[in-house]
Amino acid sequence: MAGVELKNVEKSFGAVTAVKGLDITFEEGSFTTLLGPSGCGKTTILRMVAGLEAPTAGDILVGGTRINDVPIHKRNLGLVFQNYALFPHRTIGQNIAFGLKYRGVSGSDAAAKVKAALDIVRLPGVEDRYPAQLSGGQQQRIALARAIVIEPDVLLLDEPLSALDANLREEMRVELKAIQHRIGVTSIFVTHDQSEALAMSDKIIVMSAGKVQQVGAPEEVYNSPANEFVANFLGASNILDVRVAGSDRDAIGLEVPHFGVISVPRARAAGLGDAKSGRLVIRAEKLKLLPAGDAGAGVLAQGVVRAVDYQGQIARYFVQVGDMELQIMNMIDGRPFSAGDATTVAIDPRDCSVLPADG
Amino acid sequence: MRAWSLIRFYTILVYIFMFAPIAVVMVLAFNSSQFGGFPIEGFSLRWFYRLAENEAIMRALKTSLGLGLLTAVISTTIGILAALALVRYQFRGKDFITTLLISPVLVPETVLAVGLLIFLRWLHMPRSFLLLLLGHSIIALPFVVLVVQARLVGIKKEYEEAARSLGANPLQTFLGVTLPLLAPAVFAGAIFAFTISFDNITATLFWRPSGMETVPTQIFGMLRNSVSPEINALGFVMIVITVGVPLLAGGAARYFARKRT
Ligand SMILES: Nc1ncnc2c1ncn2[C@@H]1O[C@H](COP(=O)(O)OP(=O)(O)O)[C@@H](O)[C@H]1O
Ligand SMILES: [Mg+2]
Repeated sequence: MAGVELKNVEKSFGAVTAVKGLDITFEEGSFTTLLGPSGCGKTTILRMVAGLEAPTAGDILVGGTRINDVPIHKRNLGLVFQNYALFPHRTIGQNIAFGLKYRGVSGSDAAAKVKAALDIVRLPGVEDRYPAQLSGGQQQRIALARAIVIEPDVLLLDEPLSALDANLREEMRVELKAIQHRIGVTSIFVTHDQSEALAMSDKIIVMSAGKVQQVGAPEEVYNSPANEFVANFLGASNILDVRVAGSDRDAIGLEVPHFGVISVPRARAAGLGDAKSGRLVIRAEKLKLLPAGDAGAGVLAQGVVRAVDYQGQIARYFVQVGDMELQIMNMIDGRPFSAGDATTVAIDPRDCSVLPADG
Repeated sequence: MRAWSLIRFYTILVYIFMFAPIAVVMVLAFNSSQFGGFPIEGFSLRWFYRLAENEAIMRALKTSLGLGLLTAVISTTIGILAALALVRYQFRGKDFITTLLISPVLVPETVLAVGLLIFLRWLHMPRSFLLLLLGHSIIALPFVVLVVQARLVGIKKEYEEAARSLGANPLQTFLGVTLPLLAPAVFAGAIFAFTISFDNITATLFWRPSGMETVPTQIFGMLRNSVSPEINALGFVMIVITVGVPLLAGGAARYFARKRT
């Protein structure tokens, strides 16, 4: 087991620069997620660590050793693909034992290891079946077993849950995280699904267009997005233009159109500096929608519901406040609001964060 | 309705036109008559015994079988390597090389045959079995490349990448993963190559060293004298080999594939 470091790594495909200026540390034993929209370079990073692509510039270190020139088959990394990539012509047992034979493990030792790996992924006794005889979820467990049985230094997972259907995906992510925790292998997980990233990661690296946007614990990137991209990518956010109305040692007063002055803790406006204006970020689920005239806690403004999107327990409202349209996601208790209802919108200042105007 | 029955009638005529000569040869092979034609006088295997006793024909059969097998081995080996390069690697001049590999299909066989002979003359080399083998391999190669290439495109790179990540070097990956997945196409390509070589007459007439006969050239030679009933028997053997080998192979392939799912 070992940590992974990327130092000023860049990768171009001809004229296309897939990723650049990457300085990332994946701590030993941690579960780190590369999160970003399709095409932002997540797979490219994973493939460079795996040795399937050579970086155009920069160094890749595993356990402190530079591995740029080490071929794939000598890197001792476990690789799990979106589409499982189990060898269709080999049994499950042969699939899992595949990596063992290159490590000098064979016969009853190999059989014992295969059995242990199948126990870990909770699919005991399927050694003699062929991949085509298992369901998608089972095949992905086998792919995981095949990758961890070789006791890799690093486990690399490229959207391993994307091919599964919704229920199975949620079940698998709990289990995958539990397995990772149990064997403690340094893991790099790639996904474009923010809820997956938030649920599983010790650390999230948010990427866009080949560059790192923010690095932090799930609650950090979720609650204090470093820029508008991160704010929008991790769930729905409202971003409002605000003016600085005054400040003291602990808080900054911000003039929000239609709401009046909101006092935001300085810690949540770190990027603002001395600027006179900025942009206030508030998540859709942190805004509270109340009946019109209701005097709730927080800073209030009056609005009208324009549209409602029911999602079971939660409803997403589009609410017109003056010339602004806000997105609000609230639990439905009792009767939901409907389009045309007059409402009061409440902001809790502690849920706001502030970005510089040009960020 | 009327149009359909016309089309059916026409289709049946076409099939009769195509298969009647083959059927005639197969039936006449068992005719006991002295002359290689109708009427049928009785059922007999005598022409097959005669065939087995005819040294020239047996030699031709051996030559054809050996040539076919070697052609299959050579063109399949080169075909696999070429398909791998064309599908798995990016390099300059790829389109040109693809065209070059496929071109023997497009060039008339006579032209190809004469071209290779001229080339050989330029090298001051005599015609030989090796030349014949080389020629047949060139003719069969495009078919092997096309078949193997089509299959290789369908084999996801992830299989190979997974194998590599698990510790297999490139050769071990090829032998342990790519080749087994490619096996049906390799098999089909090899059979293709064998039948193409076994059937070939035009180019073979140009390339064979004097005194060497393959089954088709042997039949061709015998026909110059008369249509002997032995030729019918030999034709029957050829049909059985060129039709039977692929059928058997296909059946075997399906049998092994069924065991897996
Ligand atoms: N082999 C390749 N050749 C050319 N461009 C590539 C190749 N692989 C990836 N790219 C480009 O690099 C960028 C990042 O791709 P990728 O790492 O696959 O993104 P992600 O996994 O985040 O969806 C994309 O613009 C993609 O088109
Ligand atoms: Mg990807």
